[in-house]
Amino acid sequence: MSWTRDQMAARAAQELQDGYYVNLGIGIPTLVANHIPDGVDVTLQSENGMLGMGPFPFEGEENPDLINAGKQTITTLPKSSFFDSATSFAMIRGGHIDLSILGAMEVAENGDIANWMIPGKMVKGMGGAMDLVAGVKRCIALFDHTNKRGESKFLKACTLPLTGQNCISMVITDLGVFTRDEGQKRFRMLELAPDVTLDEVKSKTEADVVWD
Amino acid sequence: MSKVYKNASDALAGLTFDGMTVMSGGFGLCGIAENLIAALRDTKVKDITCISNNAGVDGFGLGQLLETRQIKKMISSYVGENKEFERQFLGGELELEFNPQGTLAERIRAGGAGIPGFYVKTGVGTAIAEGKPTRDFDGEDYIMETGLKADLSIIKAWKGDAQGNLIFNSTARNFNAPMATAGKVTVVEVDEIVPVGSLDPNHIHTPGIFVQRIIEAKCEKRIENRTVREKTT
Repeated sequence: MSWTRDQMAARAAQELQDGYYVNLGIGIPTLVANHIPDGVDVTLQSENGMLGMGPFPFEGEENPDLINAGKQTITTLPKSSFFDSATSFAMIRGGHIDLSILGAMEVAENGDIANWMIPGKMVKGMGGAMDLVAGVKRCIALFDHTNKRGESKFLKACTLPLTGQNCISMVITDLGVFTRDEGQKRFRMLELAPDVTLDEVKSKTEADVVWD
Repeated sequence: MSKVYKNASDALAGLTFDGMTVMSGGFGLCGIAENLIAALRDTKVKDITCISNNAGVDGFGLGQLLETRQIKKMISSYVGENKEFERQFLGGELELEFNPQGTLAERIRAGGAGIPGFYVKTGVGTAIAEGKPTRDFDGEDYIMETGLKADLSIIKAWKGDAQGNLIFNSTARNFNAPMATAGKVTVVEVDEIVPVGSLDPNHIHTPGIFVQRIIEAKCEKRIENRTVREKTT
């Protein structure tokens, strides 16, 4: 069985360390917040201007002035702070955020990522994605291993316009986990989802990965 | 000298002209200057270059200025929530310049701080870097970005006084604070005008020097993506 989106998020949450400042992208990465391990104190950054993002409010307690980057209503925590957009991206670009977990359309074996536009389709914009992959200390891409046609999204080279170059150090898909530590050129397979065979992953991976 | 004006149209009087550049604060619909946007629409000025992180939604926020075709060009980071925008853009009626969100924020901050250009890693090796000067710092490539200024900044704050000192509320600060510094003229609408001296100087987010005109006005504060959790007992 490949991992569900929730299981992928749970696996990504194992990468969180005590004291980390973390930015979670929209989509599957948002689910990571539900799986923060007990005893691990993580501060979530929202790039629209908040550190210490709290849970969604109870009905009737929504504050229109208090939203996350996905424009969802949220709440504060005792440790929360607010700031403007320039300060927010000083945190991001300046390397003060420990970890960014983001979705991807494609990731290449050299750590390139594409997740902001498909030529010929309406382009909505990159938002903060380019700043995050350029500035955050460590970036994890969380995405389905193949597209709807069954084609690999983990490629030798991205075919879509890039969001960033050589910036992804871990890939977590529904089939497994792949790491690429600093100084390494290629990703190494770290683990497989339960009951997923090596042959299956190999057949669905275009990227040149170290398998042993 | 009091900077307080009666209402939004009063506060924009004499400031608007065809072909002007306007910075409009907010992130999504959070912290947008609703009344000043409506007043700008009512001036009927056209060919506006609008610098704003987003483009509102259909019929609300900057969506109102799109409906009336007053905007010639948008400089934004994300415009996904607006069908009319998409229609005009695909029809070639609207120009669009995408900036990474942090680059946009820093261009505005730099513009307001008298910094005409600066270098960032963001976008190196992507379409954003095309045509921009690059430079190597300590063995890494960076691209040059330029500061942005506007003829007019319309921003939203929580509380302000007659001197233009401002405090923002929660995540409604976003682009409002940097944009306040980058307008030749900055006009702000606040939920509440308070007496000079009642704001603690230690807690002022935007000092009054950056604000030329201020109004108190009620906002609808529409929520784009209302999300709640269940109460568990």
